[in-house]
Order: sequence, then C-alpha cells, then structure tokens
Amino acid sequence: MSDLIYQGRPVRFNNTIKMVEAPPGIEGEGFFVTKLSEVVGMGRKNSLWPLPFATSCCGIEFMATMASHYDLARFGSERVGFSPRQCDLLMVMGTIAKKMGPVLRQVYLQMAEPRWVIAVGACASSGGIFDTYSVLQGIDQVIPVDVYVPGCPPRPEAILDGFMKIQDLVGNESIRRRNSPQYKALLGEYGIQ
Amino acid sequence: MSLSYERIQEKLNEKFGAETLQWETLYDILTVTAPRELNLKILQFLYDDEEMGFRFLTDICAVHYPDNEGAELAVVYHVHNLVQNVRLRLKVYAPVAAPDVYTATSVFPGANWMERETYDFFGVNFVGHPKLKRILNVDEMDYFPLRKEYPLEDQTRIDKDDEMFGRGGSYN
Repeated sequence: MSDLIYQGRPVRFNNTIKMVEAPPGIEGEGFFVTKLSEVVGMGRKNSLWPLPFATSCCGIEFMATMASHYDLARFGSERVGFSPRQCDLLMVMGTIAKKMGPVLRQVYLQMAEPRWVIAVGACASSGGIFDTYSVLQGIDQVIPVDVYVPGCPPRPEAILDGFMKIQDLVGNESIRRRNSPQYKALLGEYGIQ
Repeated sequence: MSLSYERIQEKLNEKFGAETLQWETLYDILTVTAPRELNLKILQFLYDDEEMGFRFLTDICAVHYPDNEGAELAVVYHVHNLVQNVRLRLKVYAPVAAPDVYTATSVFPGANWMERETYDFFGVNFVGHPKLKRILNVDEMDYFPLRKEYPLEDQTRIDKDDEMFGRGGSYN
C-alpha cells in the first residue's frame, strides 16, 4: 500500500490502511471456509451503528468521542442513527429519571434484533451520585444491558474501551443466541416478549 | 422618580390595611406576608396599578415548615417591576390540612406551570387552576416529595453503605 502513486507522485500520507483480520479458516483456490458466526460477527462488530441516547453530561463526553480527536468513526460507527429502527447499539449516556424510564424502554423495544445496550456513566449504570426519589437507579431496571462504562463522566478513552468490549461481545456471539431459551428468559425478566 | 420600598409599603398598607400585612427585608428584597385569601387581590393590584407595575412573575415556590402549626406551607411569589427594576416577594401561609391557595394564572399565564410544580412537590392545591396535575414527577406518584417528612433517597436500594452517608457505625 505504501507504493501508491497519485498524479505522478508517491502518496506520502494516509498510506497505511488497516484491514480487519480474516477469521481463521481453510483457504483454497477460489474458496475460503470458516464458521458463519465468525464472518457474521466480524461484519457486525466492525460496522455497529450506535443510537446515542444522550441525556446529560455523559452526552457531552460522547460528543467529544465522536469528534475528530477520539474519533468513534474509526471503529465503524461512522453513521450514528437517531432512529431505533436502524440501529444496533443503544448507547445510554446520562441520568435517566423515573419519568424517562418508559420512554427508554419504548426506544429499546423498537430496535430490531440483534441489539446491544451500553450504559455509559455512573448515572446510567446505577443512578450515580443522584440517589433520589426521581432518578432511576440504573437503566438495568428497565432494559437489559451488555456493557457498563463507569465514570462521572467517563473519559472518551473509557467510552471507546466500552465500545471495544461491545465489539468483542458482538464478534464472539453465537448466531443462535437470540433464539435461545436463556435469552428469552432474560428478556422475560424485563417483561419483553 | 423611581419606585422605593417605602412607597410600595405605603400603597399596599393603605389598600389592604397595615394590620393584615407584615413587612420585612430578606436577602435585600422587600417581603410582604399576607393572609392567603388576599394573594390574588394583591397580585392583581401590583399588576394593574400604574405606579406599582409589577408585571413580571419571576417564580412561585413553596416552603414546608413542619413546626409552624396551622401554617406549614408557605407559598412564595417573586414579582419584578421590569421598568424600575424593583423586586418584591409575597408570602402566603397555608395549613397542611387544607392547603388551598387561589391561583395566579388569571394575572400571569406563566404561573400555570410554576403552580403545577409547586403542587407536584408540596401538595399546595391551587383553586381555579386550569390543569392541576403533576408536571415533573411520575404521574403515579402518591406523595409530595419535597415535604420534610419524606427522605431524599430512593428507597428501593439494598446495597447502600451507611458509613458513606454519615450515619451508623463510626458517626453515631
């Protein structure tokens, strides 16, 4: 890649492009055999489309994460969507009040499988510093959560770390998981069919 | 000629009677305490009178004094004369058994949401309010959270360490 020529001159910048590693498999003339879950996982994890459910201060840290310095687009989430119908990853960032709980649940229900949830910050994970009558003490009281990112607010590097853990989960997930009885039982605990 | 605190005191005393009103200056703002039936009349007078001209309602809030028998809930109105830049505070007291106060929405449409918030947190019933229901808390809440008998903390947590809250163990 470093011997690219553009308009007669060698390319000096942006000439080391990182490619995602192919999963282990058997290769041959014109074919490559690997597990479906590996390929599907690889595809999904490198193109997660997040839904930023940014409520308060953690949302500002998320804005910093999406900006150029800590670029989240490097990890494949170039396109953040604000419609749950089009997104895989629900990033809940900020304090969720008890009045907001049903709204959050509705947004989660509108997402299509496979879907993941990341709780960014102390307030989304456990109510944070706001142990009061009006704040939901952790979003896992209304929706199932996959990764919790602690911090108040977490630094962008911490949010990226949480995102990478989600990528690990996505890459290693079995493709039968969403139909399995354990998953259905998990959703049943939250009253979701 | 700018509006002075003496002038406000004079005019309100002559209109409503000096025995019914109590005056003090708290935190640099003149405060008048009135019987609760008169709150709407006083606000209307302060609004309509050309010299008074208190046409801007800054805030309505309430305070719960559990030790004040018969006058536990104080409803506090902050009005502002934008032309002369003069502020005035009006306090009315209501007992917690019958916390009815006339609504100020006929004078100030902006009082609508402020009174809903005061109702939501203290249970002050504003008589004549077009839509007195909870505004900031969950609709199903059955108590008034900012009254002093209710704790701030969420009661459903089971994993709290009392030491961190300054009670139990080495603090008592």
